[in-house]
Amino acid sequence: MTNAFLRLTGISKSFAGVQALRDVDLTIERGRVHCLVGENGSGKSTLIKIIAGVYQRDTGEYVIDGKNLARLQPIDAIREGVQVIYQDFSLFPNLTVAENIALNEEVAEGRRWVNWQQVRNVAADALAQIEVNIPLDVTVGEVSVANKQLIAVAKAMRQNARLIIMDEPTTALTEREIRALFSVLRKLQERDGVAFLFVSHKLDEVLSISEKIIVIRNGKTVSEGERDEYDRARLVYDMTGHSITEKSYDFEPDLSQPPLLKVENLNAEPMLNDINFELRAGEIVGVTGLLGSGRTELALALYGMQPIKSGRITIDQKPVDLRSNRDAIAHGIGYVPEDRLSEGLFLEQSIAKNVVVRTIESLRGSLGLTDPAKISGQVSQWVDALRIKTADPALPVNTLSGGNQQRVVLAKWLASNPKVMILNGPTVGVDVGSKEELHNLMKKLAGEGMGLLVISDDIPELLGTCNRILLMRNGTIVEEINTKETNENKISSKLIED
Amino acid sequence: MKRLLRRNETLVAITLVVLCLVIGLNNPTFFTVGTVFTLLRGSIVTGIFAMGVLIVIISGGIDVSFTAIGVFALYSTVKLMLAYAPDASIWVAFSIAGLIGLGLGLINAFFIAKFKLPTLIVTLGTLSMFHGFLLFAIGNQIIRDVPPALTEFARATVIEIPQARGTANLHPAVFLLVAVAILMWILLRYTMLGRGIYALGGAPEAAERAGFNVTRIQYFIYGFVGLLSGVAGMTFGGLARQANPQDIVGMELNVIAAVVLGGAYLTGGRGTVIGTLLGVILVVIANNSLILIGVPTVWQRVVIGLIILIGTGIPAIQERRAGKITSGLAEA
Ligand SMILES: Nc1ncnc2c1ncn2[C@@H]1O[C@H](COP(=O)(O)OP(=O)(O)OP(=O)(O)O)[C@@H](O)[C@H]1O
Ligand SMILES: [Mg+2]
Repeated sequence: MTNAFLRLTGISKSFAGVQALRDVDLTIERGRVHCLVGENGSGKSTLIKIIAGVYQRDTGEYVIDGKNLARLQPIDAIREGVQVIYQDFSLFPNLTVAENIALNEEVAEGRRWVNWQQVRNVAADALAQIEVNIPLDVTVGEVSVANKQLIAVAKAMRQNARLIIMDEPTTALTEREIRALFSVLRKLQERDGVAFLFVSHKLDEVLSISEKIIVIRNGKTVSEGERDEYDRARLVYDMTGHSITEKSYDFEPDLSQPPLLKVENLNAEPMLNDINFELRAGEIVGVTGLLGSGRTELALALYGMQPIKSGRITIDQKPVDLRSNRDAIAHGIGYVPEDRLSEGLFLEQSIAKNVVVRTIESLRGSLGLTDPAKISGQVSQWVDALRIKTADPALPVNTLSGGNQQRVVLAKWLASNPKVMILNGPTVGVDVGSKEELHNLMKKLAGEGMGLLVISDDIPELLGTCNRILLMRNGTIVEEINTKETNENKISSKLIED
Repeated sequence: MKRLLRRNETLVAITLVVLCLVIGLNNPTFFTVGTVFTLLRGSIVTGIFAMGVLIVIISGGIDVSFTAIGVFALYSTVKLMLAYAPDASIWVAFSIAGLIGLGLGLINAFFIAKFKLPTLIVTLGTLSMFHGFLLFAIGNQIIRDVPPALTEFARATVIEIPQARGTANLHPAVFLLVAVAILMWILLRYTMLGRGIYALGGAPEAAERAGFNVTRIQYFIYGFVGLLSGVAGMTFGGLARQANPQDIVGMELNVIAAVVLGGAYLTGGRGTVIGTLLGVILVVIANNSLILIGVPTVWQRVVIGLIILIGTGIPAIQERRAGKITSGLAEA
């Protein structure tokens, strides 16, 4: 393999007792698209940080462009052409698009004065180079996530990137944006010979974009090979060590019982219009629709976070007035938001505290003091149920991998045992194995009498877990689909028709 | 047009015009050169302080110790001059006060940059430390017999316009504020240092990754604020023709309010010189002229509070309407 740009052998890394990587091998070839897959907590993000020089490896060899580098700082990696686009993109929301693109160069050149004309020229050049069009004078805080990503790519290309690494770049993007992103990246690959390394949990995406696949499990390379050697089943097997088959959710609602939640003629800000549906105890109902169809707004309205203009919401046959999320919680409605990482965790606090933060009241002992035995009982119950991968629940949440942090948010809400649970994108960023476990957990909770409303654009997920799927468009429910009478293709084509 | 309307400066400007109209229509003496000159004179000290506070707020920090620095610099300078150089010129006075302010500002910078302490905590601490040290170790008596340079400064005037009763005088220190404002505008808009301050306020980690020397930027910010505060303190004493160790401290909220009204975000990353100047004028008018339309002095604070709530609340609500219903979800 003379075409190797970067070759890692026998890399290991541990954090205070946790062995995150042990003996990892990885080869990045020039101008090819690589995907790195593995379960939550298997060490993908850690590996990327080692490649970028952000973490120092404990052992192993790092050969880049034929040079064997002993110690590596972030600046060395950048000089060798390694550019990592982190999930926060390292952009400044308060500065314009143009300035964001040009800033690194201005600093690197040691400038003292700003030449605004030049800033614009650099930015226009950079965007032209990746052939995208983004207005230069708006602040980055106002542009979409997809455009932020493209801005980060444009910045990376200005710094002569030869390898661009993206950790879960597609989790926050819509279908169309994902296609646009990859068409830009493919151009860079063909024209400039840039190599890519992606991390993704969406296996279909992995199979459709990659040329080479690297699978790691528990910090070890399990397999590394050409795309053609893999199919979905092999990926799942390599990642988890066993194969997975999902059963659909068979639940026959008891029609003699009144519905748990009933929504009639609901109109709400900013765009919800005449929403009608019911949710019975034990049911899992899916909600899908393109971005902007109003699905998140519906969840927010039911959670008291969007002003309701008219209509009736009844829970257990009692009309309720949802003016704030406090009202919603008081009536037994729980909501796990889409953007879990920025919405729900105290990152510096322990995993245990984060899990019980909503239920601490109910865990008080006889004297009104919190009862440590009860707390640790509940914590370990949820850590087990959700398979949160940690050495000790007393560790702060920010020592967990991305996917495991998300499980803590889920645990926190599930622990409060609501009557109606609204889950927005429950498995975004969660690996296949755990996805199945989460789905089973959802079914178990429903079996115990909870009503679940699941918002997702992962159609197989909805088909595998829900009884019914509500299809939304332009702020209203356009169709209610029985999952037994449909399939993925039918729903997908319904989604895009107008 | 929509963009223009959404800008904070526009909003402040409109509020300002409305306020002036309300006052002026009720009391025509408001629309006289005399009033304008008086208000300008009243804006100088608040304005210079506000320029310093502006860069701190843009960088994502907050400084409440600047008033203590101002009065400390003023009082010590006057004492030093009386003891060693009673006949020195006003320029010497300003230079000494500026240097004292710079020194005190660097103490803030040291704690903030070196120990990464929250800026509010540090400056709350130094606020009472500086003021306490001044009263205890330097002096607690009002000095009315100031050096002649200050007395002259107080009387100085660049424009004299005869009025029905007496003359309207414009004090030259107005140009000091103008000069400071222009300097700040250039600093913030055209130097990499200024852009670094915005970057730091927008995303501190990214600023570090981009290669900015964050420590050096922080030393600059707090040192510079100290220097400006020293100058502002001296101006205050010059205009008042006395050095009172109990003056100035207590103005913090007015100054910070002016900056925030002018469109700076307390969360950092945003703020402009023009907006701040408008905010200063608004606060000064509210402080000095509400009495003209019969708002009793005791109610002025309430009105100022209202203006701040409305002025900063409207943009916040607009932003939330625009779809950022994020905050508050974590904490139910
Ligand atoms: N700073 C840290 N301190 C302690 N442990 C850490 C730290 N960073 C990572 N770990 C541990 O190292 C392991 C690998 O984490 P990593 O973030 O690399 O996983 P990942 O493969 O990116 O997972 P995900 O798909 O969930 O993002 C995990 O067990 C995690 O808890
Ligand atoms: Mg990760």
